[in-house]
Amino acid sequence: MADVKAGLYYSSEHEWLRADDDAVYLGITDFAQSSLGDIVFVDGEPVGSQLSAGDVAGVIESVKAASDLYAPVSGVVLAINGRLAETPELLNEEPYACWIVKLTLSNPAELDGLMDAKAYAAFCEGL
Amino acid sequence: MRTPLYERHVALGGRMVDFAGWELPVQYPGGIVAEHMAVRQGVGLFDVSHMGELLVAGPEALPFLGRLLTNNLRRLSAGRAVYAPMCHENGGTVDDLIVYPYEGAYLLVVNAANTDKDFAHISALAAGFRVTVRNVSSAWGQLALQGPGAAALLAALPGGGAIAALPFFGCGLFPFLGITVFSSATGYTGGPGFEFYLPVGDAAGVWDILAEAGATPCGLGARDTLRLEGALPLYGHELADDISPLEAGLSRFVKFENDFLGRAALEKQAENGPPRRLVGLVMEGRAVPRAGYAVLFENRVCGTVTSGGVAPALGRNIALALVEAEGDGPYAVDIRGRAEATRLVPLPFYKG
Repeated sequence: MADVKAGLYYSSEHEWLRADDDAVYLGITDFAQSSLGDIVFVDGEPVGSQLSAGDVAGVIESVKAASDLYAPVSGVVLAINGRLAETPELLNEEPYACWIVKLTLSNPAELDGLMDAKAYAAFCEGL
Repeated sequence: MRTPLYERHVALGGRMVDFAGWELPVQYPGGIVAEHMAVRQGVGLFDVSHMGELLVAGPEALPFLGRLLTNNLRRLSAGRAVYAPMCHENGGTVDDLIVYPYEGAYLLVVNAANTDKDFAHISALAAGFRVTVRNVSSAWGQLALQGPGAAALLAALPGGGAIAALPFFGCGLFPFLGITVFSSATGYTGGPGFEFYLPVGDAAGVWDILAEAGATPCGLGARDTLRLEGALPLYGHELADDISPLEAGLSRFVKFENDFLGRAALEKQAENGPPRRLVGLVMEGRAVPRAGYAVLFENRVCGTVTSGGVAPALGRNIALALVEAEGDGPYAVDIRGRAEATRLVPLPFYKG
């Protein structure tokens, strides 16, 4: 059973989102890292990119395939986690400790469309 | 379709996917990299029962194979298996296969996705020969035991010593684990190993003993990363109906001795040089090249990645690419709009 962490927002694309003042941190869930398998490369859209909810925010490459990372909310890319450039496998080891992309939060109301930990756990259960 | 090992895969926690109509594990919980390294450093065990098996028999079987396959087949009489492409008249590739001498007939092991196409092609070409062609795929299971530790593991099992002593591409029927198993020193990993062809009903028992003896179960994911490191072609990628074996760098398996289908077209290609050639690229950075990505020379598209991905034993990302015959780089791969630098290397990437 995949691990779900309390206190985060979750998308149906198996991403987590941590809201912190006016910024949000975006990562992938334990379910996602487990489905992807060995992760070997991570990249985000360039800093300064203006993203709308649903836009591609980055890419995650596992041994098997390349998968897009989607922005669950609208915002401007503030940073990409540099730790992942050299050690992308951290996403397999500690998916909730490693954010991938940091965004501004253009429209806080968009957070209401995401799941909380309990709802996401139920969502995974139903898959 | 399910192989005779289906229950084993599920019990081991294999992540099942559809592959050419077969339910097979892409990986087990240990992951593709761990499975890959088990084969490079120890022993891995693969269920390859999805492969197609065709039996060609009859008094004219050998001359018929000479009409069908591009390689010379003399080693078959010495009890050795032979790898060979099979071509269309225009030199494009129908499939690549291994042919084994088997009980006075010939066993052709073909790609799962091509079994029906191959059977039709071979049957049509057989019309002028005194041969029979049978598709026995559903009656046969196939296991592969691969890695530097495979021979020692086999030698410690009842009857395994004789199989372990087979020379590369040697094959035969051996008493093994109380049954008779058609075995060969072949594989698809670019390293040493063995394959076993056995009746569907015997496959699970042999699998259990090999796994119990310490072989790591490996899925399709590792099978693909291993064959890519070994630069072994995968039909649909390096070979296709519109890619000739000469373009794919397989000239050592194309011998202009028999009057095989496609000979004239391939002779012409050999004379003039094939229009494209297969090259090996190692990525300078960490971005991963994938099949279908464009290959660039001086910012101009000059080819396509046929297979790409991670090379766990090398710690780099690699690609096989079909590029224009002229020139020798430096090539870049277009990965999401960025020209990622590569180094041209001799093949195979990994030599076991």
